[in-house]
Amino acid sequence: MRVRRRSAIALLALAALAAAVAWAATELTPFGTPSGPADAVVRTLVHERHAANTVNGVTYDLRGLDTLGEELILFVAALGSAVLLRHGRGERDAGERAEARPSGRTADALRAAGAALVGPLVVLGVYVVVHGHLSPGGGFQGGVILAAGLLLVYAAGQVAMLERVEPRALVEVAEASGALAFALVAIGGLVFAGAALANFLPFGTTGNLLSAGTIPVLSVAVGVEVTGAVALILTELLDQTLLAGSA
Amino acid sequence: MTVLHVVALAVVAVGGTTVVLVRDPVRQALAASVFGLALALLFFAFQAPDVAISQIVVATVAVPVMILLTLTKLRRDEDEERRR
Repeated sequence: MRVRRRSAIALLALAALAAAVAWAATELTPFGTPSGPADAVVRTLVHERHAANTVNGVTYDLRGLDTLGEELILFVAALGSAVLLRHGRGERDAGERAEARPSGRTADALRAAGAALVGPLVVLGVYVVVHGHLSPGGGFQGGVILAAGLLLVYAAGQVAMLERVEPRALVEVAEASGALAFALVAIGGLVFAGAALANFLPFGTTGNLLSAGTIPVLSVAVGVEVTGAVALILTELLDQTLLAGSA
Repeated sequence: MTVLHVVALAVVAVGGTTVVLVRDPVRQALAASVFGLALALLFFAFQAPDVAISQIVVATVAVPVMILLTLTKLRRDEDEERRR
């Protein structure tokens, strides 16, 4: 009885939400016709900042301070999960951990596919990070792709290898230095242009790899930070499952 | 609104419902990642490639892997509890 009443209320609320969303959608502007503020933003970014990808122009320039906050959220989140997960870790060293998982269990096809994909995925990740101001993508997306490349090394069954290509200390340093680089660029804007995160570097020619001032610099900083953060969370989680398996 | 938009919206609606109706957590994680991919295609169809790339990397790489690793850990802990 109570369940039925509860689902009736839920259905009613969902129907009301669907109606409201449908109503709001009728008022949207059509595709390809930016009007009002959107048009002004596109003009500023393309003509003044020389950023071909206006989405990253907004995230790394016009609202750079919000992005700094978001970056620090990810930094603290990764740090927090690492602290929590390490709390339960025993006193095993890296060598013992590598042996915790029997290497024969991974299928050959999976190992081959994983090993073959690592290289292309890392190249794609770097490409997406450094072309953030030119084409869709940027630091966050490229960073997660790079972390996925590291994860593939694990999927290919090379746990011992993972420790070698992705030492824990390097992951932590990458996370911290990415966050630090973003903060330094923010201070750079304060020093050279009078406002935090002001775009103080030369803008160059639209479409060149080195253009749009600080936007590609911030994109690379975020890329390094996100790679470190996601890789840190995933390695700590992997560590837990590996340890539990041998206990 | 083209056929592509209608198809993408329908696939997302079906996918989202599937994720809710699947009860086994492991299957749910996989269903959620397929649903995330459908959502990414929807974003592409609606001309938002930046969001679509974020959606692909988060929904098909980061989230399912974290959920599966957590489930593995929880199940192993349960097994150990039972053995004791």
